[in-house]
Amino acid sequence: MKKLTFLLLLLLSYTGVFAQSNLGVTMDDTLQSSGKIYVVVAIIAIIFVGLALYLFSIDRRLKKIENEK
Amino acid sequence: MKFIYQTWWKVIAVLLVFSTLFTGLLLHVPALPVLHETIRNLYFHVPMWMGMLTVFVLSVYFSIKYLRNGREEDDLAAVECVNTGLLFYAMGLVTGMIWAKYTWGQFWSGDPKQNSAAIAFLLYCAYLILRNSIDEEQKRAKISAIYNIFAFPIMIVLIFILPRMTDSLHPGSGGNPAFGKYDLDNGMKIAFYPAMLGWSFIALWIATIRYRIRLIENKKNAIN
Repeated sequence: MKKLTFLLLLLLSYTGVFAQSNLGVTMDDTLQSSGKIYVVVAIIAIIFVGLALYLFSIDRRLKKIENEK
Repeated sequence: MKFIYQTWWKVIAVLLVFSTLFTGLLLHVPALPVLHETIRNLYFHVPMWMGMLTVFVLSVYFSIKYLRNGREEDDLAAVECVNTGLLFYAMGLVTGMIWAKYTWGQFWSGDPKQNSAAIAFLLYCAYLILRNSIDEEQKRAKISAIYNIFAFPIMIVLIFILPRMTDSLHPGSGGNPAFGKYDLDNGMKIAFYPAMLGWSFIALWIATIRYRIRLIENKKNAIN
């Protein structure tokens, strides 16, 4: 687990390094800076967490049934 | 097969995909013409195909295993892998169509990649129909295992090889730059690789759940 956390930390330490390049393409910079993209991210995250928990609960119920046999 | 009853890898899969929701949507992506922000689809559309590929490869493995030892469980594992693969297949197709609408201009433009993906989809639908049309269990298992083993390489050729040899709008085809080019942007790897790995294992997880349900059903229907 310690190794995993370390690995994750190393991976994420990468994120600070960005080289900006502009080919004259308008990206959605305003949405990013106004912070509202986080609303979308939060909603998607909640949906995914919900689905994941649902999968886990199915897994648990299945385990129960399997153990009954 | 103790592996499929364990929880740790399911947690890792969920965490991997969960992390890509943030890294994939918030981190910097290269500014490219036409694609703009839709390049972020790379973290969600492509992993669907990776998930599909994972379970399809597994299903071929179980089909071969079935032909070698004739264990019924292997046949059930093969068919549930295909069932799960088709779900990811459909999601890959639909997400690809939406992406195509906003970059290529149409949902379906008859692009070689799209057409051959549709053909390969039917190929696997035919597998399920073939299975359901044979009543005798051992015959069904054997014939569908052989079909599955042949369907897989045809699917690979249709989806990943033929479109590359002609003009296609899809990245990586007909002289278009593959996404490998964008992967050179190291920032994208942080989201892309975890997404590929995470979704593969989620596909595997769903397949194992289906397989376990199938085992119980099978036990229930067995004549004692």
